[in-house]
Amino acid sequence: MNAPTKPIEELATEFGLTVEELGTIRKRLNREPNLVELGVFSVMWSEHCSYKSSRIHLAKFPTDNEHVIQGPGENAGVIDIGDGQAAIFKMESHNHPSFIEPYQGAATGVGGILRDVFTMGARPVALLNALRFGAPDHPKTKRLVKGVVAGIGGYGNCVGVPTVAGEVNFDPGYNGNILVNAMAVGLADADKIFYSAAPGVGLKVMYFGSKTGRDGIHGATMASAEFDDASEEKRPTVQVGDPFTEKLLIEATLELMASGAVAAIQDMGAAGLTCSSVEMADKGDCGIEIDLDLVPQREDNMTAYEMMLSESQERMLVILKPGMEQTGLEIIQKWGLDAAVIGETTDSKHMVVKHQGEVVCDVPIRPLSDDAPKLDRPHTPTPVREPVIADEVSGPADWNKSLIEIVSHPNMASKRWVWTQYDRSVMNDTITTAGNAGLVRVHGTDKALAMTSDCTPRYCVAAPYEGGKQVVAEAWRNLTAVGATPIAITDNLNFGNPERPDVMGQFVGCIEGMAEACKALNFPVISGNVSLYNETNGVGIPPTPVVGGVGVLANLEDRASVQGLRGGDVLMVIGETHGHLGASLYLQIQKGQTFATVEGAPPPVDLTVEKRNGDFVRQLIAEGHTRTVTDLSDGGLAAAACDLALANDVGLRLAPAPIAAHGWLYGEDQGRYLLALRPDAAQAVLALATEAGVPAEIVGEAGGDRLTAAGAFDLPLAEVKAAYENWMPEYMK
Amino acid sequence: MKSAVIVFPGSNCDRDAAWALEMITGQKPDMVWYGDSDFKTKPDMIVVPGGFSYGDYLRSGAMASNAPIMKAVKSLAEQGRPVIGICNGFQILTECGLLPGALLRNRDQLFICDDTELVVENANTPFTRGYDKGQRLTVPIAHHDGNYFADAETLDRLEGEGQVAFRYVNNPNGSARDIAGVTNAKGNVLGLMPHPERASDPKLGNTDGAGVFKSLLMEMA
Repeated sequence: MNAPTKPIEELATEFGLTVEELGTIRKRLNREPNLVELGVFSVMWSEHCSYKSSRIHLAKFPTDNEHVIQGPGENAGVIDIGDGQAAIFKMESHNHPSFIEPYQGAATGVGGILRDVFTMGARPVALLNALRFGAPDHPKTKRLVKGVVAGIGGYGNCVGVPTVAGEVNFDPGYNGNILVNAMAVGLADADKIFYSAAPGVGLKVMYFGSKTGRDGIHGATMASAEFDDASEEKRPTVQVGDPFTEKLLIEATLELMASGAVAAIQDMGAAGLTCSSVEMADKGDCGIEIDLDLVPQREDNMTAYEMMLSESQERMLVILKPGMEQTGLEIIQKWGLDAAVIGETTDSKHMVVKHQGEVVCDVPIRPLSDDAPKLDRPHTPTPVREPVIADEVSGPADWNKSLIEIVSHPNMASKRWVWTQYDRSVMNDTITTAGNAGLVRVHGTDKALAMTSDCTPRYCVAAPYEGGKQVVAEAWRNLTAVGATPIAITDNLNFGNPERPDVMGQFVGCIEGMAEACKALNFPVISGNVSLYNETNGVGIPPTPVVGGVGVLANLEDRASVQGLRGGDVLMVIGETHGHLGASLYLQIQKGQTFATVEGAPPPVDLTVEKRNGDFVRQLIAEGHTRTVTDLSDGGLAAAACDLALANDVGLRLAPAPIAAHGWLYGEDQGRYLLALRPDAAQAVLALATEAGVPAEIVGEAGGDRLTAAGAFDLPLAEVKAAYENWMPEYMK
Repeated sequence: MKSAVIVFPGSNCDRDAAWALEMITGQKPDMVWYGDSDFKTKPDMIVVPGGFSYGDYLRSGAMASNAPIMKAVKSLAEQGRPVIGICNGFQILTECGLLPGALLRNRDQLFICDDTELVVENANTPFTRGYDKGQRLTVPIAHHDGNYFADAETLDRLEGEGQVAFRYVNNPNGSARDIAGVTNAKGNVLGLMPHPERASDPKLGNTDGAGVFKSLLMEMA
C-alpha cells in the first residue's frame, strides 16, 4: 500500500518537488523514498511550510526589543506587557482555500490562527482580519465577499472571541486571487508560555481534538502553486472547520496546561500530523515514533499517507510530562474530545511512523526542517517612478462630486455591512472597534491592548521599498492615534509567483523597506506568514505585505479616538503637507486606475519625522490636550476630516488651502495626524509643537451640519454620510 | 445574592455574565457544569448565558435544553427562583418550555452584532424594577437567531399580561411586535436577546444593562 503507484519521478513532480529535491531526498535516505516518505518530504519542503523562497530575506527583519519574549520561530510571537503578563499574536493567510471555498476557507483561517495563539498558553482575546477582493463588478466578487465574511463571523462568533479591527479592499488585481489574512491576539501570564520543543526522550505523545479524516490532504502543496482555470477542482483540498470543537479545544487546552501535564505542545495546521511531530522533535533535537493505529480516525481504511498528510482541523499534539497520561486523557475527555497517546519521543533523531504493524516511514528529522531547500531566487528591482505633486495634475472639475467619489469609493466607504456580522463585544473587554485601531482591555486591569492591520498596496506596487516602509509606519501611526505605545508587529506577506524576478523584486523591496521602518520605530517583527503564488493564469496580485501591529495603553482612560468632536473645536494638522499625489487615491479615482496602474511614486516616509511627530501626538494624548485624533492616510486631509465629522455627526469648515487645494486636501504626505482641540487648548498645543520642532497648523473648525473647505467642496453632512454608508449595503443587495 | 451561571459546551458569554454579576453583587457566581444533575448549593438566581451551546447544531438551544442540569433549573424556576436567559440562554429557555415562543433566524438571514435601543415595557418585574417604564436603553445584540416568534394569541396574551419586558426601538431582526425580552407568566423567568452583561461595566462606557442585575439585587435585599 505504501509502495509508489507510479514512477517515483512522476509522483515527485505531482507533489511539487523538483528533480534536484528528489535527488537530495534519495541522498539523505540512501535509498528510494516510499509513498509516505515522499509525501512527508514534499509537504515539509513546500513553500508554505519551508519558506524556501523567503527565508534568506525574512532574516533581514529586526525581531527583538526590550519587550519581546519570543520572536519568530514558534507558533506565535510573545511580548511582555508588564505586570507579569504577556500578549501573544500572529497573522496568517488562508488565501488559496478561501478563493476556492470562501466560507470554509475563511472559517478555517480563523480557526488556524486561534490555535497558533492558544497553543502558546494564551487565551485568545481578539481577532482581526485583512481582506482583499477583486473588483466589485467582477462576477465572482460578491459571492466571495459574502462567503468570506460569513465564514469569519461563523467561526469567530461561535468560539466567542471578538473581532475588533480589520480592513477590506477591492481591486481588479485580486480578481483571481483574493486575500484572507486573519490575526489573533491572546493573553497569558509571562511565566506560563508553552513551547513546541520536545524537552527529552521517552516522553509520551498525546493526540487530542477532532478525529483525523481525509480532508485537506496536500493543502500546503496547493497553497504553494499558482492557480489556473481548473483550480476550483481543488475544492477537496480545502479543510472543513468546526468552531464548536475549536471552542472546546481552547477550554480543554488551557485546562490541560493549568494542570501541569504539558511538557510541549503544537497544533496541527498545514501538513497536520507530519509537520507537528517533525517540528516538536526537531526543536527538541530528538526523534519521535508514532503509531497511526492509535490515531482517532473519522473514516475507515485510511492509509498511512492520508493520515500523515490530512489537514483535518481542530487537532493538537502534546508531549506530556512523565506520569501525566491519565490526567491528560481525563481533561480532554471531560470536554468531549478525542484523545489518545499515540507514541513517544526517542533518541533516534528519526521520525518513525508505524501503521498496521509495519514501519511506513523512517526519515531523519534534520533534513526535513533545517536542511529544507533555501533559495536565493533572482530578483529585479521595480523601476523607479517620479513623484507627483499637485501642480502637475489637475484639480477636480467638480469638487463636491470628487469628495463624494472619495468617501463612496469601495475602499473608503463604510464597511458596516461587514463588521456588524462579527461579534465585537463578547468577552466584555472591547473598548472600541471603530477608527484607527481596535482597543481591548486587559481583563481585570485598567490597561488596554491596541491593535491594527494595515497595508497600502498602491504604494507597494509603485515603489516596494517606500511602500514597505509606509506599511509599518501606518500601523505604528494608527496605534499612536489611540494613544498606545506601539510594541511589535506580525506580518503577512502576500505576493505573486516568486519564480518571476519582478515579483521577487517586489518581495525583497517590501521586506527591506519594512525592516528599515521596524528598526527606526523600534517595532520588531515577532511572528508572521508568507503567502506566495497568489497568481492566476500568469497574473500576480499587487504586492500586499500586511502588518498587524500591537501596542499597549497603560491606562485606558487616557485613550484617544475619532469620537468626541464638538462644535467650536479647532482642527489641527500635525506634520508637514507638501501635496504628494503620486500613487494617491485621488489620482486613482480621477484617472480610473487600479492599484497596479496608478501613476507616480508614493509619498516618501521620513522615519525620523514619523517618530518625532508620533511621539509628540502620543504625548498630547497622554497629557490630555486632545482625545480626538485620527491619522491622515488614503484621501488625505479631506478623508480624515470626513472621518471625524461622520463619526460625531458634527460638520466642519476647513480654512483656505495654502498650496494647490487638491494637493492640500487629497495629498497623502506621511507622518501626519488630524486633531480636534478645545479652542482654549489650541495655542498651548501650537507652543508645545514649536518647542518640539514639530510642524503644526490650524486647518479649520468644527460646527454646523455641512462639510466645507474654502474654495473647494461644500456639502451637507447628511449627503456625505449617505454616500459613505450606502455603498456597501447597496452593492451587497 | 448568590448567583449561578450554567456552563454548556459552547457557552461563550458565561465568563462575561460572571464578570457582571460579581461586579454588581460583590459575590462570585458559581459556575455550574451542564452535566451536573443538581446545584451543590441552591443559588438565589440563575443565568443561562449566551454562546453557541452544542454549536447551535440541530437548532439553537435545542440540545442544551435537554442537558442534565436543566431539570434542576426548571425545578428552581417553578419554585419562583429568578432565572435569566440571555441570547442563546433565551433560546434554551424557550426550547425547554420555561418561556413562550421561539427564536427564528434573523429577518435578513445575517448574524448581527450592534448596539440596539430598547424600551422598558414593564418596569414591574424582578428584573426591571430598577428602570422606569418607557426608559430607553442602549444594549448590544449579537445573534443569528433572534427573530422572536409566537402565534398572535400568545403575543396578545404576553402583551396583555405585561410579559413583554423589553422592546426594540428599531427592530433589528424581524421579531414579532418588536419584542426583545419576555418573562413567564409568574414573572420570575426572563429571556432576552440583547446582552445586558455587556452593558454593565462603567469602564467600558455603557451601564444601561446593569439595571437587570441591580433590580434583582434590590429584590433580594
